[in-house]
Amino acid sequence: MTSTIEPVAHAKAKDSLLYLDGVSVSFDGFKALRGLSLVIEPGEMRAIIGPNGAGKTTMMDVITGKTKPDSGDVYFAGDTDLTRLDEAAIASLGIGRKFQKPTVFESHTVWDNIDLALAGDRKPFATLFHRTSQAEIARVEEILDTIRLTDKRDWLAANLSHGQKQWLEIGMLLAQEPKLLLVDEPAAGMTDAETAETAILLQEIARTKSVVVVEHDMTFVRDLGVKVTVLHEGSVLSEGSLDAASADPKVIEVYLGR
Amino acid sequence: MVTNFLLRALDRRTAIVLIAILGVGILLPVLNLATDPSSPFHVPTYVLTLLGKYLTYALLALAVDLVWGFCGILSLGHAAFFALGGYAMGMYLMRQIGDRGTYGNPLLPDFMVFLNWKELPWFWTGFDHFWFAAILVLLVPGILAFVFGWFAFRSRVTGVYLSIITQAMTYALLLAFFRNDMGFGGNNGLTDFKEILGFDIQADTTRGALFFASALALAAGFWICRAVIASKFGKVLVAVRDAESRTRFIGYRVEGYKLLVWTLSAMMAGVAGALYVPQIGIINPGEFAPANSIEAVIWVAVGGRGTLIGPIVGALLVSFGKTWFTSGMLAEYWLFVLGGLFVLVTLFLPKGVVGTFLARDRKKPAEKPIEDVVAPGAVGQAAE
Repeated sequence: MTSTIEPVAHAKAKDSLLYLDGVSVSFDGFKALRGLSLVIEPGEMRAIIGPNGAGKTTMMDVITGKTKPDSGDVYFAGDTDLTRLDEAAIASLGIGRKFQKPTVFESHTVWDNIDLALAGDRKPFATLFHRTSQAEIARVEEILDTIRLTDKRDWLAANLSHGQKQWLEIGMLLAQEPKLLLVDEPAAGMTDAETAETAILLQEIARTKSVVVVEHDMTFVRDLGVKVTVLHEGSVLSEGSLDAASADPKVIEVYLGR
Repeated sequence: MVTNFLLRALDRRTAIVLIAILGVGILLPVLNLATDPSSPFHVPTYVLTLLGKYLTYALLALAVDLVWGFCGILSLGHAAFFALGGYAMGMYLMRQIGDRGTYGNPLLPDFMVFLNWKELPWFWTGFDHFWFAAILVLLVPGILAFVFGWFAFRSRVTGVYLSIITQAMTYALLLAFFRNDMGFGGNNGLTDFKEILGFDIQADTTRGALFFASALALAAGFWICRAVIASKFGKVLVAVRDAESRTRFIGYRVEGYKLLVWTLSAMMAGVAGALYVPQIGIINPGEFAPANSIEAVIWVAVGGRGTLIGPIVGALLVSFGKTWFTSGMLAEYWLFVLGGLFVLVTLFLPKGVVGTFLARDRKKPAEKPIEDVVAPGAVGQAAE
């Protein structure tokens, strides 16, 4: 039966960058995702909002290979079945992920953090005998410039401020040269000035790549000015512009209660 | 490629350490052989042998630090790889005894005659040759580590769970080697060695050569570790230690990295064991004891994990302490001292002796942000 359904899924997934259809995940009986469907077009930037426990992080886990779905299809770039691949393979395909809590390599310098993330051969023996090329140096410098950390290149990442760590992590994602960026709450714990600057940074990135942003902060989502998907209890509740979504009675009920 | 890989890591500091190790490796045997026993510069043979043992411990500590200090894999079973390397060398030394054993049997080692065995077990074939034993010194610990690591790292066993199964591994080997029918001399192990490469194993010149070989192995181990750490591979190891899942999400298959460094580390420990046995003159199952592996971890902690000089310094310091302490009246309290040392170092010197007092200069940028953040405020306050 699956064999007859798969070609259909392929056909629908064909022109999309990321295609999720009827994805369900449960942990010990708790249904984190129930029949989640979501399509991201190439070059699109999408904001995902939803109350705690709506399944935002689980969705990211499924896309990046950390969690295998119980059922449903997950396709990347039309025909790559992500449910069969592990984290490293998915990352090499061009899906980058930023965690909610900034996660950088604290005992490495800012430079080395970017250098490690730089696209290239990831096999152990290849890195053992790797020699840094001029092109790689130029690329790291370019990224440091984008994320505004050029003057801190020799700092240990541990000594950066919270906001700077978030940028460094975004820079590491850029270095991977991904086609799709998944960004989990980039504005969490940032000052207002940093939040605004992060929105500008993400918009810059979205000019060349698809970006999915999960965020709680409504001001930030408004700053981004993109299509919004509202998740609730593991499936899509509403989709559209932020204004349309906020006016949706179902969304109002979930957010404000009855 | 490999030459390039090694030469690239040869900075001034590495060169100084290499020269220091090799200098000691040459100087002490010369002082032992070329000076008169009455001379104040004379190094007695027993001291040479003792220090030679310490050098093999230092190499074991380096191996532990490579996986623990740089990749976050806390091995509580590294003495197993050390002992396996030691057994491979011990088997060669047993075969060199020939018909000079107590029973004078030209074909079988004494313990096999005692057990009434009629022929040499298949796994003893080839150990008549030094080159064969030398290869197995690397291969046996290497293969065990590879198989163990392949299963453990693929299943993503980490942290304390991994430490516990390494401990179980060495304990299982301890029990296995105690059995007489394993064919490795059971409880007594392998001993009564006569010759190595045709030289009398008790002779001062042989002792001197073994001491130099230990220093050479330690220097080579240090250089290889330095090159590994300085490479991009080494940076990935530290990344795995700091944030394993982040490393996966930027596309590194972490298990491959762990497996490679783990196997390399086990082979280094095997070499250390192989040099230990001819100097000590015996290898028995006691070398697999869990306490030995834990002691190696303490050397690294005391010296400073995550530095390469640290484990060498730690192994030498703690071993000196052990020799000094256990030769006095307080001998039976040594384990308490060792345990206390571990607690004190963890509490007060978490970076170890070397990490605390000889930190690398490039760590300096760590202080920068404090200046930058504090300075404007401090100026403002001063103005008020």
